[in-house]
Amino acid sequence: MDLFIDIITGLCFFIGSLSIIIGACGLIKLPDVFSRIHAAGMIDTGGTAFFLLGMILQTGWSLITVKLILIGVFVFFTSPVTSHVTANLARQKNLMPVGKKIGKLL
Amino acid sequence: MFLAALIACAFSGILILIRIILGQTTFDRVLAVNSLGTIIVIGIALHGFYTNRPEFLDIAIVYALINFIGTVAVLKLFSTGSLGEQRK
Repeated sequence: MDLFIDIITGLCFFIGSLSIIIGACGLIKLPDVFSRIHAAGMIDTGGTAFFLLGMILQTGWSLITVKLILIGVFVFFTSPVTSHVTANLARQKNLMPVGKKIGKLL
Repeated sequence: MFLAALIACAFSGILILIRIILGQTTFDRVLAVNSLGTIIVIGIALHGFYTNRPEFLDIAIVYALINFIGTVAVLKLFSTGSLGEQRK
């Protein structure tokens, strides 16, 4: 049973590492603020969710589990707010996605 | 296992630092700093597990909250030019 939990944890860490590395590469590669928000959201959701799930599987039930769930709740509530504020302010400052002219986007 | 995850966190942190240095606008830099903060939160928790001292999770919780408040404060300062005090 211990080996099974270790294998599941390793799988969760692998998916989380893949997710944050893909998100970081997208943050470099993508051409625009509005598309880079997508990569940042991938780091915030996929990476955090799988890493915290792996650590929860490693601890079992204790106070540490509650703290890990608290970290997950904080990140999941604050990540959409940050993305929304950034996109809204970039739109107010008249930034446009690549290939769109000013005034063509509703 | 925890060491491999820590190395992945460090690698993606270096990639995000490249975006912070290169970023064309302020929003790119703020977004990249927010993502770097999230990765640092994961890294603090993983380091606590790697050294068998899970008390580091308290620091991770506080870092998550400070990260959010800092990002919103920088964006508000960039938007309105003040942090909410009364204009003379």
